[in-house]
Amino acid sequence: MSTYAEPVRVAASRLTQPRGVGIAGIFLGTLAAWLALPPLNSRTVLWPIFVGILAVAAGIWSVSRGAGRVGWGAVAAGILGIALGSLATRSSVSQLDTVVVWSALLASTLRYATPLTFAAIGGLFSERSGVVNIGLEGMMLMGSFFGIWGADKTDSWALGVVIAIVSGMMLALVHAVFTISLRADQIVIGTAINFLALGITGYLFTDIYGARGIPPNVPEIPDISIGWLKDAYFIGPIFGNLNLMIWLSFVLLILSHIVLFKMPIGLRLRAVGEHPRAADTVGISVYATRYLAVLASGGLAALGGAYLTLGFIHNFDQNITGGRGFIALAALIFGKWRPFGAFAAALLFGFSSALGDRLPSYFTAGSSVPQLFNILPYALTLIAVAGVIGRSIPPAAIGRPYVKQ
Amino acid sequence: MTEPQVTPPVEEGPGETVASRFAFYQRAGGILTPLVTTVFAFFIGGLVVLLITHKNPFSTYKAIFNGTGLNWFFPWISHAERVNAAYNLQSTLLLTTPLILTGLAVAFAFRAGLFNIGGQGQYAAGSIVGVWVASSLTGLPGLLHIVLGIVLGALAGGALAGIAGFLRATVGAHEVITTIMLNWIVFWLAGWLFGQQGPLQTSRERSLTQSNDIAQNTHLHVFWGNPILQGLHVGFFIALAMLVVYWVILNRTTLGYEVRAVGFNPEAARYAGIDVRRIYFLSMAISGTFAGLAGVIDVLGWKFVLSVDDIQGQAGAGAVGFLGIAVALLGRNSAVGIFFSALLFGALLNGTSDRHLDPTVFPPTLAENLTLLIQGLVLLFIGADILVIYLWRARRRIVPGKLRSSST
Repeated sequence: MSTYAEPVRVAASRLTQPRGVGIAGIFLGTLAAWLALPPLNSRTVLWPIFVGILAVAAGIWSVSRGAGRVGWGAVAAGILGIALGSLATRSSVSQLDTVVVWSALLASTLRYATPLTFAAIGGLFSERSGVVNIGLEGMMLMGSFFGIWGADKTDSWALGVVIAIVSGMMLALVHAVFTISLRADQIVIGTAINFLALGITGYLFTDIYGARGIPPNVPEIPDISIGWLKDAYFIGPIFGNLNLMIWLSFVLLILSHIVLFKMPIGLRLRAVGEHPRAADTVGISVYATRYLAVLASGGLAALGGAYLTLGFIHNFDQNITGGRGFIALAALIFGKWRPFGAFAAALLFGFSSALGDRLPSYFTAGSSVPQLFNILPYALTLIAVAGVIGRSIPPAAIGRPYVKQ
Repeated sequence: MTEPQVTPPVEEGPGETVASRFAFYQRAGGILTPLVTTVFAFFIGGLVVLLITHKNPFSTYKAIFNGTGLNWFFPWISHAERVNAAYNLQSTLLLTTPLILTGLAVAFAFRAGLFNIGGQGQYAAGSIVGVWVASSLTGLPGLLHIVLGIVLGALAGGALAGIAGFLRATVGAHEVITTIMLNWIVFWLAGWLFGQQGPLQTSRERSLTQSNDIAQNTHLHVFWGNPILQGLHVGFFIALAMLVVYWVILNRTTLGYEVRAVGFNPEAARYAGIDVRRIYFLSMAISGTFAGLAGVIDVLGWKFVLSVDDIQGQAGAGAVGFLGIAVALLGRNSAVGIFFSALLFGALLNGTSDRHLDPTVFPPTLAENLTLLIQGLVLLFIGADILVIYLWRARRRIVPGKLRSSST
């Protein structure tokens, strides 16, 4: 190692620390706000939002890699940057109008993020126990079909949700039997699971509903209307009338954090995912733990799917999940296999979906540019797994079948 | 090892790769397991037909078989049947062509111990570049134009997979994750490119979210059947030639030797002086080139135009690129095996499509989903090699891990 390269190396390693990324995120957030001001005078809302999202991403990144304070600072800076930047670009419109737009956008973000949250936390359990779950997409699809089918047949959304969870767990059981007991390759089986789910749901949907489609009177998961919050400034339109499942996802998030990191069973789960041999030696049943984890992942992914059809879209069509399971996988990886990290990533990805959905009004009619926002989750995750900066490193034993001695 | 019964720990061998495991199964199961797996998957598919729709599974399969046109090979059918069968067979082979190539893509990466799950994205990248080249640059002479489109399209697929290979080689990012992400990036990029006011949107009609039609002189020559009814184009021979190329690269070149060595045991290959990182990059790039080729050949051969729906609707599991995984696994990563399994899946897809399946026997919309089910089952069984694990182990008293531990 030559001597003059040393300071450069030290500087580079400083910058690539989570703290350095967080500070860069704060800068980006400031930049997002500043973009709309002189001398740059960006007149489209696109640039502040884009830079702001990058700032938030950098923040989530450093938060899930241990630099909490700086990371949250970057998240806040990014959000503020987006808000201020877009306020400045839309200065001609009255402020009240902008608030309405933003609260609607944030409520829509939550709606888009919730299926991802459920599936990502589901995947978290499975992957933390050492089983790759490419089949999240398929399990979600099962939940979304059987949820709406169950609600239609039993005339109760609650039973529909239960049926959805069971269906997801059934498919997860297939995954578990083949990958854990038969020790098949987890990725091949995950791919097969996606094929199967597409075939099963498509077959039953065409067979049962055919060209008529889902009847319009299927019971829906209700929204929770909070009277005192509803009229609050800005927050009211976001949280005042959220779907039950969105609140449930918050509960699940906290629960899964407690289970994974504060309870013995979580420690066992993580031990099985990091070093199954050692876990086995101290008397933890690797197979039982992995079975439970994979089943939980199927149930949760299906819950996300059920929310999609029963609480969000209120309809079903073949392949309705359209890659949401893969976004959930991306959120899981971007959030570094941690519940809050995954949730933050799901929010961010949900925000970019909501933007892709709502932004077209900012462009000349029917422009396809907002489609580019959908790339963001995947591009960010690609950087997260590739980046030298705070790389996403999976559990050590992931993808490897375990053979008991 | 004092006790002969001890199973070596699977998760601790440095040579533990998917490729080495499959190589073991291949030697252990021979040609029998893929055949039995297929039969078993069809059997379960037949049960589904019987239990859910109460239709006769035999007549359903017979209708599907007649839809594939494979009865063209039977000497006893009448002239009228033969004309119809020829038409069906041309469609089957049209679908077989890209499946051979995406199967080769998955298989080549497999031989290096890598899992290219991004065949669909590379296929899409190849078709996007193909349609762009073939619909612009209209001044070029036909053959040059076609060759240029095919080469650039294939390279686009190779470049996309090359990114994943490069990341695997340099920072060790797992190729499964990176190729999935790259897939979706391409799908949404296509939405922008061909979407309204996108840079490659057709100039014909502003509301159409598709590309321009490719130039008339870039259509691949149809050598069998009626070009208007879309007979079989020469791309089929390109796919067959690629089967040979695949075999030659793997078995008759230094590169292929190194790819196989890395696939069996990267650590041992490193000791032997093989640049493992170079092999990771190259094998992903070559793998993507096969998939990109599939995309561009489909565009020049029978699609002639690309739409956003075409690419994003194909994002699900039922698409050609994803089927490549099933083709490669069922074909046991060998050139001959890939040809036959591509033919099987091509026939299955075509036989159940609404153009070829007799709707009085079985509704084609259901049959398409039945195909997906059968594909899933084939993958499930071939992935697990239940048959090998149980029958073979019972006979020889060996387990998959044993071979690995002795080879490391």
